[in-house]
Amino acid sequence: MSKFVTIVDYGIGNILSVRRALEHVGAEVALADDAAVIARADYLVLPGVGAFRDGMEGLVRQGAAEAVVAHATAGKPMLGICLGAQMLMSTGEEFGAHAGLDIIPGRVVQIPATGADGVPHKLPYVGWADIAEARPGSFAGTPLATFAAGSAVYLVHSFHIEPARDEDRIAVYEYNGATVTAAIRRDNVIGMQFHPEKSGPVGLHILRSFLGS
Amino acid sequence: MTRVRIIPRLDIKGPNLIKGIHLEGLRVIGDPQVFSSRYYEGGADELLYVDVVASLYGRNSLHETIRQVADNVFVPMTVAGGIRSVDDVRQILRSGADKVAVNTAAVQRPELLREIAETFGSQCMVLSVEAKQVASGRWEAYTDNGRERSGREVVEWVKQATSLGIGEVLLTSVDREGTRKGFDIELVQAVETATNVPVIASGGMGTIEHLEEVVRVGKADAIAMADILHYDRMSLPDVRLAATAAGMDIRRA
Repeated sequence: MSKFVTIVDYGIGNILSVRRALEHVGAEVALADDAAVIARADYLVLPGVGAFRDGMEGLVRQGAAEAVVAHATAGKPMLGICLGAQMLMSTGEEFGAHAGLDIIPGRVVQIPATGADGVPHKLPYVGWADIAEARPGSFAGTPLATFAAGSAVYLVHSFHIEPARDEDRIAVYEYNGATVTAAIRRDNVIGMQFHPEKSGPVGLHILRSFLGS
Repeated sequence: MTRVRIIPRLDIKGPNLIKGIHLEGLRVIGDPQVFSSRYYEGGADELLYVDVVASLYGRNSLHETIRQVADNVFVPMTVAGGIRSVDDVRQILRSGADKVAVNTAAVQRPELLREIAETFGSQCMVLSVEAKQVASGRWEAYTDNGRERSGREVVEWVKQATSLGIGEVLLTSVDREGTRKGFDIELVQAVETATNVPVIASGGMGTIEHLEEVVRVGKADAIAMADILHYDRMSLPDVRLAATAAGMDIRRA
């Protein structure tokens, strides 16, 4: 039985990759650029790359922001990817402070500029990282529940999520000893800083889990 | 350190995967789709596509290739060759690419780098540099797939491009490209020191020792390789295993 997934299309981001990956794992995918279509979604995916402010402006201009919040509030499954995950938060601090969707309380801040040893490291972080549970058991009941230990996912970012409540952070990775948020979750809403659609078979597996299949 | 990324590089001319030496004397290798699938399944961290005649014709013709590849490949894809405007970038991203690498058009008008970075994010904007050594410790950037001189000194050019917001540098040594003689380590070192963004070293990979040297000494963040894989002198899984055995931090695919 196919799952119906709606991807929010607000003018930025490589939506095609997300779409292909979801179709590859058996979903039927529709793109939505207006509130009425988003309102009918079963599974909603909010993709995105680029700057926080541009993303939020795109969502608001499209009239999609309220519908996305309504979907989350209604308790229906929702996945934010990369910038889409960041926009779930209350505020973003890239190029000044900007309001987010405020679905999950917290901020989007720059990745620590140095490793644990105080030595500056490269940003953006570009590449694969082994993600781990933020605390014991934090993958349980999430699409990461069957994530094979030691598997890597693909990330590209300079900013990361700091949820106000520690329990909302479910996955992290280490960058030269600094802890970086890889995924967050609050009830029905999950945010992945990494790109499941670009993380090879591991990423496809995670998308399959999101769809509950 | 982030993980060292292993990136198969596919130079494309028309419908064919090709390979040259010093970016010239191109030989047809085969069908890009077949090689893309093989590399994806072999654990490629990313794939890099270069339209080698695009600058000549003033356009990139990889849209269809990328569109097809994107059906079966779920790792990041970078496209280079003939990208001249923000609109060109938008189209190739719509076809399924994740990043673009720009050389000729940026040399002609550096501000293009900033425009692309601001529109799509720095993570999307790779500066492609084709370097030829002109003196000890000095390299000139070439354009049009290694055919034309730009008059720009590589290190200075990378510094300028970094200030314009690029997210990565694809650094090809024209001198070493296709020779299997190893990377231009000094070049990689010089560029790595000049920028705070990741550097992808390309050109010259003949053995695992070459890879090890460009990572350990050159401090390359990623390695693009073509010849060694296309001619199946080593399979991608074997490259990964050998690099891991040599102590490099390679993703366990």
